[in-house]
Amino acid sequence: MFGNLSDRLSDTFKNLRGKGRLSAADIDGTLRDIRRALLEADVSLEVVKEFTGKIRERALGDEVSKALNPAQQVVQIVNDELKAILGGEARKLSFSKNPPTVIMLAGLQGSGKTTLAGKLAKWLKEQNHTPLLVAADLQRPNAVTQLQVLGEKVGVPVFAPEAGNGVGNPVKVSKDAIAFAKKSQYSVVIVDTAGRLGVDEEMMQQARDIRNAVEPDEILFVVDSMLGQDAVNVAKAFHEGVGVSGVVLTKLDGDSRGGAALSVATITGAPILFSSTGEGLDAFEPFYPDRMASRILDMGDIVSLIEKAQQSFDEEESKRLAEKMAKDQFTLQDFLEQMQQIKKMGSMKGLLGMLPGVGQMKKQLEEFDEKEITRTEAIIYSMTPLERTQPKVLNGARRMRIARGSGTSVTEVNQLIARFEQAAKMMKTVAKGGMPNIPGTNPALMGGGGFSGGKKKIDQKKKGSKSGNPAKRAAENAGLDFGSEKSSGSGSAFGL
Amino acid sequence: MFKFLKRLRRDKPIETPEVIQEVLVAEPVVEVIPELVVEEVKVETPKPQLQKVEKPKPVEKPAVAVQEVELPKRSLGDGVRSLFSSAIELDDLEDILIRADFGVDAALEISDELKREANKAGASSDAELRLLLKDLLTKKLTRSDAALNLSDGKLPYVILVVGVNGAGKTTTIGKLSRWLRDGDWNVVLGAADTFRAAAVEQLATWAMRADAKLVGPEKEGQDPASVAYQTVELALSTDADIAIIDTAGRLQNKKDLMDELGKIRRAVEKQASIAEVLLVIDSTMGQNALAQAKAFAEVADVTGIVMTKLDGTAKGGILYSLQEQLDLPVKLVGVGEGINDFAFFSPEEFAKGLVAYKQER
Repeated sequence: MFGNLSDRLSDTFKNLRGKGRLSAADIDGTLRDIRRALLEADVSLEVVKEFTGKIRERALGDEVSKALNPAQQVVQIVNDELKAILGGEARKLSFSKNPPTVIMLAGLQGSGKTTLAGKLAKWLKEQNHTPLLVAADLQRPNAVTQLQVLGEKVGVPVFAPEAGNGVGNPVKVSKDAIAFAKKSQYSVVIVDTAGRLGVDEEMMQQARDIRNAVEPDEILFVVDSMLGQDAVNVAKAFHEGVGVSGVVLTKLDGDSRGGAALSVATITGAPILFSSTGEGLDAFEPFYPDRMASRILDMGDIVSLIEKAQQSFDEEESKRLAEKMAKDQFTLQDFLEQMQQIKKMGSMKGLLGMLPGVGQMKKQLEEFDEKEITRTEAIIYSMTPLERTQPKVLNGARRMRIARGSGTSVTEVNQLIARFEQAAKMMKTVAKGGMPNIPGTNPALMGGGGFSGGKKKIDQKKKGSKSGNPAKRAAENAGLDFGSEKSSGSGSAFGL
Repeated sequence: MFKFLKRLRRDKPIETPEVIQEVLVAEPVVEVIPELVVEEVKVETPKPQLQKVEKPKPVEKPAVAVQEVELPKRSLGDGVRSLFSSAIELDDLEDILIRADFGVDAALEISDELKREANKAGASSDAELRLLLKDLLTKKLTRSDAALNLSDGKLPYVILVVGVNGAGKTTTIGKLSRWLRDGDWNVVLGAADTFRAAAVEQLATWAMRADAKLVGPEKEGQDPASVAYQTVELALSTDADIAIIDTAGRLQNKKDLMDELGKIRRAVEKQASIAEVLLVIDSTMGQNALAQAKAFAEVADVTGIVMTKLDGTAKGGILYSLQEQLDLPVKLVGVGEGINDFAFFSPEEFAKGLVAYKQER
């Protein structure tokens, strides 16, 4: 619909090329664009006003006029300010000296509290805490059951004396839960409360009562990252109503720009602790202010994306692959496995389309044939295990059979094998000669399938990278391509 | 408000909860509750065919005997909060509309138009401006296709409910089915959200409250398309009027999950046509709602939008852009957690609420 901020700014500055300095009027024009970009990202208006005011002040100062490229400098200021508000460094969860540590979750209906409770419990458990989940949402039909199911999945006990569905007193449940946790020596208690509107005085009072009953060490305000202008009102209501010690952003795996993060952080002054990025119970990570800043401004950052891709890659898998390549043991079977990994991430077109600045490549993207992957897969499936491990045995008759079996032509089979041999040879050379240290040419990335490899058995639902930022995720996944292209490599050779 | 066709049930004795009386209002009742009828006549074009249950009425040769009915009256009530905590200032209007999630473009468009009209009409007082704005919004929001498509006689009507996570799909279905039950429709619910923990149980609770039949998955993680198929099957075999299928929440950028909706559609269409695909949108959502609607419209052929949670501080201004930009009618609105907090979308009531002399929280 609209170009991203950097595109728009470069438009604005086009007219200024050659000018050494920016006038106040130029800056105002730029600020209008920034204002609009922020509003489109759903940052609340009053926060936008305050924010652009600050930018204006800094931009009018020496900082900009002396800069080589004023345009970039303005963007830099915006980015810095964003990061400053979103929190320079992610704060950690604070634990009580006298266990149990009590964490209370609060938020609007449908913001994702119950799911988050499950994820948080799992995360804490993995860090050797002994969490207890408390079902204090007695409002929504079967919220209690949902929490019980989640508790069972992550192996954390659920304190649920009341069946819910409008029956029972959440304050009493919470209070009893604390006593129970003390007696049974749980180290962390997570209280899942009902969703409530900030204007619902009765429900807000109930939240306060729960808070007073459990004396939480953390009150986590759970916010849907798709929230619009109302984020200000909601944040105010919860901040004044129950108090907020930390914020959790949910549904960051969507494609919203997440301006709500900025609104909520400004209003509550509380740090954003975590982001929740998917339906799987592992889709939970610390909050990264810099990533969120880029996301709100819709400016992708390929370098950091590729860094992330390298981090997410499974080290062992990487080693195994590198060894295989070095020993010339990289087979069609390995290739097939990798391809299936890539396929799991979803549509290549969709992923690439999310990258910033891909606009001009749209046409090429349109021409990209998703079916190519499927066809290649079919060809390999039509091979015997021997053929997959030793492509050398593929004679004419075998190729004919494979073509028939996969519904393709011998030419296509030939093409695949030729590309495979070429790639395998190249891999061997590169692997032996050591990898040039360019981002994206991690052997793993080059090999293709890797970085979601480690997780595949645990969570089949999850696709590819776990990053909450769609642009990042796309780029991470696309990092594969960049890497392999650079090394005239495997990925593109196989039509990926 | 709107007229619908539902299956005629001769054998059924007329029960007497008051809501049903309202639905089957027949000539003799006129003297008993004159007020009610007068009001209804005002709203609808008078239909002389409005008959007692016993008399079948052929409409466009439908396959089954149908009767024309109306749903019990529900209203937005105080659901929508006013935009203005003080007198209207034309210069501030754009900001106020942006705050209500109208989006930058729509806010600009509306405030410019209001300025033009105010100039033309010479309106300057607060009351005049409010009236102008109300009329402007009403005019812009009114559409001819805002009625639920429950009148083509192709029973059972199948309604597919889709949306992102936490938008309020299941609650919407609960309210809608209660509403239809109050109007004496036979409802079958399909719990095709086989993914989220306890989603089936949540719908089951609503089914119980709404007195509707429920089709759930036989085992956890069953293919939602098969549940949808079975739902329609049950609706057909039990002569139900309506089958409503709940789907799992999905973010619009998850391709595989979006593709699944296509599969559910195809499964349903094997046995019946789909009357409505309702996209549920949370009023607190910002501009991302546009992206949601666009993606769902492409994949699932959305026919109407349900705005939920309008009772909060969110004004739901995004519905304006949804109608304007994507040409999708807003059909229903949710205004609370109670089973009756639900109404047809009325542009007039909505606009009235927005410009009302009401103090904001």
